[in-house]
Amino acid sequence: MKESPLSRCLAGGVFLATCLLAPLTQADTLEVRFGYLQWQPDRGPALARLTPEPEDAGLQGAQLAINDNLSTGRFLGQHYQLESAILGSEDALLEALAAMLDADIELIVLNVPATTLRKASEIGGERALLFNAGARDVSLRLDECSPYLLHTVPSHAMLTDALAQWLNVRRWRSVFLISGTTDDDRAWAEAFRRSAQKFALNVVTDKEWTFEADMRRNASAELPLFTQGPDYDVVVVADERNDFGDFVPFNTWLPRPVVGTQGMSPDAWHPAIEAWGAAQLQNRFAKQAERPMTGTDYAAWAAVRAVGEAVTRTESADMEILRDYLLGDDFELAAFKGRPLSFRDWNGQLRQPVPLAHPNSLVAMAPFDGFLHQHTELDTLGYDRPESRCRLRD
Amino acid sequence: MKLPIRLAAAVLMFGLSSSLWAQSLAYVSNERDHTISVIDMATLEVVDTFPVGQRPRGILLSPDESLLYVCASDDDAVQVVDLATRRVIDTLPSGEDPEQFALHPNGRHLYIANEDDALVTVLDVETKRVLAQIEVGIEPEGMGVSHDGRWAVNTSETSNMLHWINTETFEIEKNIVIGSRPRHVEFTRDDALLWASAEIGGTVHIIDVESLEEIHTIDFRIPGVNQDRVQPVGIQLTSDGRYAFVALGPANHIAVVDAQTFEVLDYLLVGARVWQVALSPDEKTLLTTNGVSGDVSVIDVDKLEVIKTIDVGRFPWGVKITSGSRS
Repeated sequence: MKESPLSRCLAGGVFLATCLLAPLTQADTLEVRFGYLQWQPDRGPALARLTPEPEDAGLQGAQLAINDNLSTGRFLGQHYQLESAILGSEDALLEALAAMLDADIELIVLNVPATTLRKASEIGGERALLFNAGARDVSLRLDECSPYLLHTVPSHAMLTDALAQWLNVRRWRSVFLISGTTDDDRAWAEAFRRSAQKFALNVVTDKEWTFEADMRRNASAELPLFTQGPDYDVVVVADERNDFGDFVPFNTWLPRPVVGTQGMSPDAWHPAIEAWGAAQLQNRFAKQAERPMTGTDYAAWAAVRAVGEAVTRTESADMEILRDYLLGDDFELAAFKGRPLSFRDWNGQLRQPVPLAHPNSLVAMAPFDGFLHQHTELDTLGYDRPESRCRLRD
Repeated sequence: MKLPIRLAAAVLMFGLSSSLWAQSLAYVSNERDHTISVIDMATLEVVDTFPVGQRPRGILLSPDESLLYVCASDDDAVQVVDLATRRVIDTLPSGEDPEQFALHPNGRHLYIANEDDALVTVLDVETKRVLAQIEVGIEPEGMGVSHDGRWAVNTSETSNMLHWINTETFEIEKNIVIGSRPRHVEFTRDDALLWASAEIGGTVHIIDVESLEEIHTIDFRIPGVNQDRVQPVGIQLTSDGRYAFVALGPANHIAVVDAQTFEVLDYLLVGARVWQVALSPDEKTLLTTNGVSGDVSVIDVDKLEVIKTIDVGRFPWGVKITSGSRS
């Protein structure tokens, strides 16, 4: 926590003049206050435990963006603050949210599951602009349409569209789909089935992984049998909590690549991205957080940076003005993915390229050449305007 | 592969050194090969390739064209190459991750953008002393010094700003917000205007140097190319004030702009992801570095036509051309 100028000048015992001057200079400074709140339910025991999501995934991204905004704001008389908390339950999170609203914090990044996000968005109403950096659920973007909720994390549909486009490009069109049994897994698999249809793939086998055996002992015995069936080009795994998916590669009946939530995966971000100036972002992040940047970090970073960009351009900290600007045609965010990012004005989703990467390397960045769109190729990923009931910008 | 060329170059150097110095040569930094390619401007062929530090990007010629300064980004150094021997003879303390730089007309003060540290380092190349480190916005990138030496301008890519540094006090006097991800700046010969490219904004901004106000924004529209692929980076201005050439990145085109009316006259198709551009000293030829296709396009300035493509190393980045008349 940074000291306030007042406490600094009291603690330092400096002359009174300095203490009196501080509020004066603050008066010309535009203060922009952010909140960051996180609660993610325990995902249960998983077999693969090598690479758990860092506990501060998201928070570190928001903090980095605050620092980025501060460096820019220094030259423009704009100052940014972040109040953050990682909570242990949904109730605690909603309480913390209410407290932030009472303290007149109007820009809040939430890293929570969709069920919590819905409640938060009801509590927030029109008092705060909320940013979803944690929930990928399609329904939030398709028919729920909270007017003061923007999404910087890609939806399941954007991720699976990116993957399906790539499979189409590679002409690996016959798919063996394996899905876990959690709600998240089923949502991911459902999104993939839709993407498969959209990009002309054929799901030849569609199976749920329901085994409860310890795969560290049995994977090589179980998976070859499990993946027998009509010929396929590729195995697609839907295992969001990383339970069994890491045991699928090299254990398939046919010698085929594995993609999806494991193997080669679509996500908002990956530590291997270094083109488009991303090397600098990765370096800044690693220096601050002492770990690589995750997709959740990127989503939180993009939310806070997007507001910073809007503040720079509008020279305002008024939440309504910022919301209008973010959803407007002039907004664009340089965000290290090779194209300007902007918000879909119908559902508040940040349109963005989606990297496809395996653990140590970037394979490709969707969208791909040849998938055309009348407005922007980025809208070939996820639900397009005519498919969504939402119309946030009237 | 490279041996015969080197041998030939060596023979040339020892046997025909007088004619060698009459040549105009282009130097191209290859970011992923850690080398510099040398192109003979008369034959438009690569005549030599020599190694430098890791990840060379921005390059600069000393005023007498005897030295080449190279930002070796991953070595955190600016290297000095003796062009007579094509060897690195010195390393300057540049600060971390130098990307681009500009030399003050006094030939001594080198302004270096330290991309990772949000700093501009000013270095005296003779004494190798750091004269100042100036805090700028995030990811400082482009550097330009006016011909009269009064201003040094730095672009910060994530702060979207032009920082105007007074070269006497080394202090920032003005910050101008322009389009997203400003990359490169270029002063007109009379220092009346500054041209600045914004890569993600897809625009070029014209700043009046007297009032330090933006007076015009140039947009680019290439038929058949998606608008978000239009990403302006390098700029070159002809000294007669007639043309500006703007490299448009992954749009794979060079825009030819009327430097008086700011109207785009033409788009010339070059290699993939075109980064930087350089005019030959006689301004008859323009070279472009095409990062992804690993080559250099040659443009005839009178005809406004691409006349040749020259293979160089992997990810060519910077390019500079000697007049050949000096040394």
